[in-house]
Amino acid sequence: MKNTIAERIYDFLKNFPPFDVLEKDQLFKIASNVKVTYIEKDNFVFKQDENPHEYFYVVKDGAIGLYRSMDHEQILVDICDEGDIFGLRPLIQNDLYLMSAKANEESILYAVSVEILKEIIETNDKVKKFLIASFSSNIKTPYAKGTNGQLFANIEMLQTSNTSFMEIQSAEFSKKPITTLKTSTIKEAAQIMSEKRVGSILIVENRNPIGIITDKDLRSKIATGLVSIDESVTAIMSSPVKTFKQKITVAEAQIAMIKNKITHLCITKDGTNKTELIGVMSEHDIVVLHGNNPSLLIKKAYRAKDVNALKFIREKASDLLQGYIEQDIPITFISKIISEINEAITIKTIELSLEEMDKKPPVKFGWIALGSQGRKEQLLMTDQDNALVFEDVSLEKYQPTKQYFLQLSKKITEKLNVIGFEYCPADMMANNPKWCLSLTEWKNQFDTWIKSPTEDAIMMCTIFFDYDLVYGEKKLVNAMSDSIYESIKSFEIFLNFLGRNALRNPPPIGFFRQFLVENDGAHKDQFDLKSRALMPLVDAARLLTLSHNIKDKNNTVSRYKKLMKIEPKNQDLYLSCIDSFNILLQFRTQQGLKNNDSGRYVDLNNLNKFEKLKLKGCFKPIRDVQELLNIRYNLAQMM
Amino acid sequence: MIRFFKKKQTPKYWDDHIYKVRNSKKYANFENIRFVALDTETTGFDYENDRILCIGAVAIKNNKILVSDSIEIYVKQDVFNKETVKIHGIRKDGNETKFSEEEAIIKFIDYLDDAVIVAHHTAFDINMINMALKRLKIGPIESKQLDTNYIHKKIAKTDTYKKIFSLEELCEIYNVKMHDRHTALGDALITAYLFLKQTAKYKKNNALNLLDLINTNYNLIK
Repeated sequence: MKNTIAERIYDFLKNFPPFDVLEKDQLFKIASNVKVTYIEKDNFVFKQDENPHEYFYVVKDGAIGLYRSMDHEQILVDICDEGDIFGLRPLIQNDLYLMSAKANEESILYAVSVEILKEIIETNDKVKKFLIASFSSNIKTPYAKGTNGQLFANIEMLQTSNTSFMEIQSAEFSKKPITTLKTSTIKEAAQIMSEKRVGSILIVENRNPIGIITDKDLRSKIATGLVSIDESVTAIMSSPVKTFKQKITVAEAQIAMIKNKITHLCITKDGTNKTELIGVMSEHDIVVLHGNNPSLLIKKAYRAKDVNALKFIREKASDLLQGYIEQDIPITFISKIISEINEAITIKTIELSLEEMDKKPPVKFGWIALGSQGRKEQLLMTDQDNALVFEDVSLEKYQPTKQYFLQLSKKITEKLNVIGFEYCPADMMANNPKWCLSLTEWKNQFDTWIKSPTEDAIMMCTIFFDYDLVYGEKKLVNAMSDSIYESIKSFEIFLNFLGRNALRNPPPIGFFRQFLVENDGAHKDQFDLKSRALMPLVDAARLLTLSHNIKDKNNTVSRYKKLMKIEPKNQDLYLSCIDSFNILLQFRTQQGLKNNDSGRYVDLNNLNKFEKLKLKGCFKPIRDVQELLNIRYNLAQMM
Repeated sequence: MIRFFKKKQTPKYWDDHIYKVRNSKKYANFENIRFVALDTETTGFDYENDRILCIGAVAIKNNKILVSDSIEIYVKQDVFNKETVKIHGIRKDGNETKFSEEEAIIKFIDYLDDAVIVAHHTAFDINMINMALKRLKIGPIESKQLDTNYIHKKIAKTDTYKKIFSLEELCEIYNVKMHDRHTALGDALITAYLFLKQTAKYKKNNALNLLDLINTNYNLIK
């Protein structure tokens, strides 16, 4: 019998993978068994750790956000819009949902019975391959679709390398951790460890983990004679332990280890230290998974003896980045990892340079990363932008002190250059006497910029306000931040100038929704991704956080996250800014890797239609947030 | 089948209909109720002289539209009004499989089972169906009925007592895309979408139960 609804669903599904490779009758069978469902905004389709439904879902209209909760925070992993599939993997693998699915806007979903699909998988090899490929990355960022063909290309990659896609897989861990009670002595614990040939032992009480002892503790606290081997294990154990849920992925585990500077994670029943211990995951478990891992690189960086070793690590990091981008690992994970590596390299470079100096620094100082590095958004190798601040000294000591730090900065920037961070063409580096200043000089400098906001001064502010202490004295940087806020307070109109600057970026699209490209110069007819798309979002975030007096949020995404909390009424807008920013940053990184450049300029002719659509999708939040600035700072009148 | 108190003999499908609706145990729990979103295309608006051209219907259960549980029945015509052809596109001798009015009604009543009917301006569709039933010496239809127009009025805060909302207006209000307008099943699907969105909204303030929903339907209460 005729079924108009099934025909319409068929027409819709046939445009999207894997339905596009199905036989006509197979797809029609799916279409005529679809259940259509409606989800209101902010309602959940399913929640993390729930039992799987009988159906998986295809987004017909609207947008569904996939979230993972980690450290009590909901992390947006992916957004599914028209034609995207979600909630399929747990059905096939008989597993709980790894993520929650929440409607970011009201949505209509097609629920497709997994039984019918299973039948089809048996007979249709292409569908099978598609599913394997999409499970292995497990999540797809909006960009995964931009390169539809590559979903299949991925398969070959997967077949040649079993480990490269592990980051998002649930991490393996030892299910039978070696434990002892808190009544044991250190000697007994060490004996157990030797017998079982393990590098760590967990101290448990009622099967809940209360502490951990690792080889390192034995080395640093026992072998050095600090503590007697006859004392209780509680004397040297690290406590409390960091506990996690079973479902932790490799990437999450790595970040947790890097963040907490630990090498072992305890896995407990519900992820808290109040429940039964079920396993332990060591850094080694992860290293086994793949040699090229970020925490290993960071460790290597700290152990590096010369610049060449650091250069090698930075090259490895680029490989890692390329791998991550190819696998569509979420950009927030990638930027965290790459920033950590860059930071480790910079810190080691500073340490190596300090060793080369004749004497120790005369006073405390801070090495500051600026611009994209300061915001921890630098993924590709770009120029170095840095500055140095040192403690105030008496007038007679000023010159020798400054000379010392200039000499140190020269060594550092030279080394960074060798490693691959090229010199800044505008000379915005700490070896420039203008940017190697005492605390008071910096305060005065910021005050001048803020109170006489010429165009140059504003531009300086946009670079120098995004700073991050890489090495040295935190107090100096805090004092700098305080003085900036004080200066702004006494001269609030400065924010309007900053706002005007934020709107000065050229718009991305014209009246007819065409991309606006550069008219002349070396990049004629190319699209400037940085100044037309990324910078407006960065500038808006900076301005808005400054206006709320928010300190120590120097990263665009975390700035918007903070703003979402302060201005709940603009939550949606800021969330969409985060999405756009992540997509654009990933896009720029992809472009840069492809063309081996900074990724700033894009040749539109090389983009397929989908990529162009995705880019355009990112421009709406830009327009909206600029509109908000315009109204809030009454900028129309100032222009 | 209890039929000894009946004065006249009625066909079995009709007795079944009455029995099912009167004895259904599903109405107590919203999740269990099978709703049938329904639309009819007719030769015109005159209950006496116009006829049903097509009945389209799709079932909704537990907030899901069940595409597999849908029906599209075309009816052979004796009366034919060429004016409405341009609206519904059903020609007198189109190539769809067509059934006699009686066959169509039997199919429909059987499909309907104990479902609650949802339509837009339900009274019109039900009257058309009841007229057809009357020609078969049975009816009127016993199924419980809802109207998306009246559900909306219950939800909408403004005083819309006198206002009658068209399907297009409701689609605008509830952001429902209009595909396949003026085919019976197309309009039935649009009605189903409206119903899903309305019940989602209605649920916010009220625990959802059938009686509440039917009470929105003050024109249709028997």
